[in-house]
Amino acid sequence: MNEAGQARSAAASTTPAVELVSISKAFPGVQANDNVSVSLYSGEIHCLLGENGAGKSTLMGILAGMQQPDSGHIRVAGQEVVITSPRTALDYGIGTVYQHSTLVGALTVVENLILGESRALRLNVSRATERLSEFSAMLGVEIDPNALTSDLALGRQQQVEIIKALWRGSRVLILDEPTSMLTPQAVTELQVVLNRLREAGLAVVFITHKLHEAVALSDRISVLRQGRVIGTIDREQVRESSPDELESAIVHLMFGDTLEDASAPELHIAIEEREPGSAAPADTVVDSDGAAVALELNDARVRGDGSQPGLDGVSLQLRFGEVLGIAGVDGNGQRALAEAISGQRRLTHGQISFLGAPVASLSVWQREKLGLRYVTDDRLGEGIVRSLPVSVNLVLKRIGHAPYWRRGQVKRDAIDRNARELVEQFDIRTPSIDTRAGTLSGGNIQKLLLARELTGEAKVVVFHKPTYGLDLKTTRTVRNMIKGLRDGKAALLISTDLDELLECADRIAVLSRGKVVGIVENGPGAAEQIGRLMIGDVSLGLAAA
Amino acid sequence: MILVFASAANIFSKPVLTSLLVGGLLAGLPLMFTALGETISERAGVLNLGLEGMMLAGAYTGFLGAYYLHSATVGFVFGALGGMIGALFMVVLCVWLGLDQIVVGIAITLAGEGLTSVLQGAQFGTTYPRLGAPTLASIPLLDRIPVVGPSLFNQPPIAYVCFVLAGLMFWAFRSTNIGLNLKAAGEKPEALDAAGVSVIATRSWAALATGALAGVGGAYLSIVAAGVFTPMMTQGQGYMAIVIAMLARGKPIWVVGASFLFGISLSIATALQLAGINISTDLINMLPFLTIMVALIIFGRRAYLPPGLAVPYVRGMR
Ligand SMILES: Nc1ncnc2c1ncn2[C@@H]1O[C@H](COP(=O)(O)OP(=O)(O)OP(=O)(O)O)[C@@H](O)[C@H]1O
Ligand SMILES: [Mg+2]
Repeated sequence: MNEAGQARSAAASTTPAVELVSISKAFPGVQANDNVSVSLYSGEIHCLLGENGAGKSTLMGILAGMQQPDSGHIRVAGQEVVITSPRTALDYGIGTVYQHSTLVGALTVVENLILGESRALRLNVSRATERLSEFSAMLGVEIDPNALTSDLALGRQQQVEIIKALWRGSRVLILDEPTSMLTPQAVTELQVVLNRLREAGLAVVFITHKLHEAVALSDRISVLRQGRVIGTIDREQVRESSPDELESAIVHLMFGDTLEDASAPELHIAIEEREPGSAAPADTVVDSDGAAVALELNDARVRGDGSQPGLDGVSLQLRFGEVLGIAGVDGNGQRALAEAISGQRRLTHGQISFLGAPVASLSVWQREKLGLRYVTDDRLGEGIVRSLPVSVNLVLKRIGHAPYWRRGQVKRDAIDRNARELVEQFDIRTPSIDTRAGTLSGGNIQKLLLARELTGEAKVVVFHKPTYGLDLKTTRTVRNMIKGLRDGKAALLISTDLDELLECADRIAVLSRGKVVGIVENGPGAAEQIGRLMIGDVSLGLAAA
Repeated sequence: MILVFASAANIFSKPVLTSLLVGGLLAGLPLMFTALGETISERAGVLNLGLEGMMLAGAYTGFLGAYYLHSATVGFVFGALGGMIGALFMVVLCVWLGLDQIVVGIAITLAGEGLTSVLQGAQFGTTYPRLGAPTLASIPLLDRIPVVGPSLFNQPPIAYVCFVLAGLMFWAFRSTNIGLNLKAAGEKPEALDAAGVSVIATRSWAALATGALAGVGGAYLSIVAAGVFTPMMTQGQGYMAIVIAMLARGKPIWVVGASFLFGISLSIATALQLAGINISTDLINMLPFLTIMVALIIFGRRAYLPPGLAVPYVRGMR
């Protein structure tokens, strides 16, 4: 690779590959970056940490040419430059994986990769296909070059994005939460790749909310809070400390103290109980062990999207007072499962019962009213309406209904009161409740969704990757909320994060190719058992492919 | 009884068949040009409801060019420029300033209708000067096909340009960077921007190309079809082109086919008269619009509009 050569010569000198100097950027109502200075060095991975809304994406957007800073300047290899557009950034060798996908769903993988690459008239698909196979070999992934990207699982899409950022021979690589959708296995693979890129002399910015990734990968760490750099850990310190020391150093920087102390007092969010003390509803159905069944799937079959599997005869029982986890590699029917339960997808076969009554023919809204809620993983697409204010997004699924609408008239007071309460309760960082929801940071959009779905008379909540993109504290809060549902309610937790499942779930079912291949009681040894079930699936998958 | 049989047989007689095919082709050409143009800008995410006005602008400027400079070719160039003037408003107001595309499009149509009528009146009063008959060019060999060959393959050169254009667009959409950029601009403009290609430039060029093609479509009406410019001579063809572009799902080949069918429905009056069947002209004039409604009812579901259509792009806005 020729970029390796270029980069090596850059690595020889001690001038940073990129310097961001005193960058400030304000949006209406927020100072997203406040006099931020960060230096990136060739041959180093620089981790950028900070809570949701701290200004990490904004800072990287400025470096990538997507945003213009209000003040401050940028140096690339010691030269002062003005990055006016993403094109300029690309020309300076800055490649970016944005937090929110920039893949065009209607284009194939190869087309996405060559988009904007060349000014030549003709597309060179065959050469690109070859290069893609080189990249996939390097990353250790298998990607069909002619698949539409919208047909790929989100994890797979993220791999394509990484390849896209490397595609033009970047010397600086920005990765804005690239691992939020990857399985632990894929994360490990990515770490190998990043180490290789570091050796090749790239300067890498790595944004993550996962401490262990930061500890495992970084050469240098900067922590942002409310738009300011509140601390850095430099190369020497990183090298000298043990992983545990490093982790506590980061936590100390981020929260002033240990995580437990920081999170314990202010973050306990009780889920609103409208009828206190009521456990399972009166007309309950009871399973063989005598526990009340909240939700039951019986040989459910659902069609998948494109090449992804749907559900292929899934039977599950969710009892009141438990959290049932669904483990599995992303793209094995998770979305089909979630949407079949929420009512967004029709069953082709089988039945779903909620509180003992069949609901397969009920609409989303009818199920919602019965107390069945769904927190989607597609937060920008179907989760919120970007152009509507936060307050309206918080009642989105109740448009036209009391108390927010009466006789066809919108009740602004009720909507605003509800919004103010929830923003406060769920600590949604927004300039005001009238701010357009699309402008919130990724993590805060997720909090908005949770706030909306968990209020009111929720009885059973389906979570699909509920903590992806959330900062440490919020992740903790959300997991506590999920565990809190055990108190008389029930939750189905679909997650690709095994740690999350082991922390929250009572039982964990493993989903593979649209089938439940096993259910494991959580406890000692559960992780290995789940791992085995999942690996069995992987080898099967390879044999079939 | 015998009479009915005779006229039924007449429908397939040589003059009827040729007049249907040739008439369909000639009446379909302006639709084809214009709908091909709309296909380009819709692909890039610009909904152009000003087609009718741009066609009229092109018909008028094209006529002036051909009339004063005595050349149909010059006329078509002028027609393209006229359409582009209309499109310029679209570019500045919608693509650059982010105004509502529907409102601006309708305004362009109204302005085009009014301005061309007024200018024509001011210039020629109530006289309508005519151009000479268009020169024809025949395609060797194909024009020897029996029955329809001689008339179908002996057309004004601009007709061939249209088919070459459709072929070029088909190729460009599939295998060029321009085609890819256009599609990305309509599907997910932020992705195109992130890939280093200006969304604003891509959409601006697309809108201008649309204006040029609508202008040529209009110029065809005044220079070839009628040989004269009369106010409001497009008679809703700009709107038909929008429907055709939507039904064709951005595929140039479908645009050609659909335009041809609509052309036949426009020219069917002549064919019926040749066949000796007399139907009220009011009914016949309704036919194209009936066809549109039927087509929309049958195929409306398959219309495809890219997600970024009519949504202005501002970098970094979320
Ligand atoms: N285009 C925009 N318009 C308005 N406000 C914005 C815009 N982009 C960012 N903001 C605001 O700036 C602040 C910083 O956002 P940013 O996305 O940089 O946070 P972040 O650190 O990346 O958070 P997360 O971890 O949740 O992704 C937030 O308060 C956000 O609402
Ligand atoms: Mg971010």
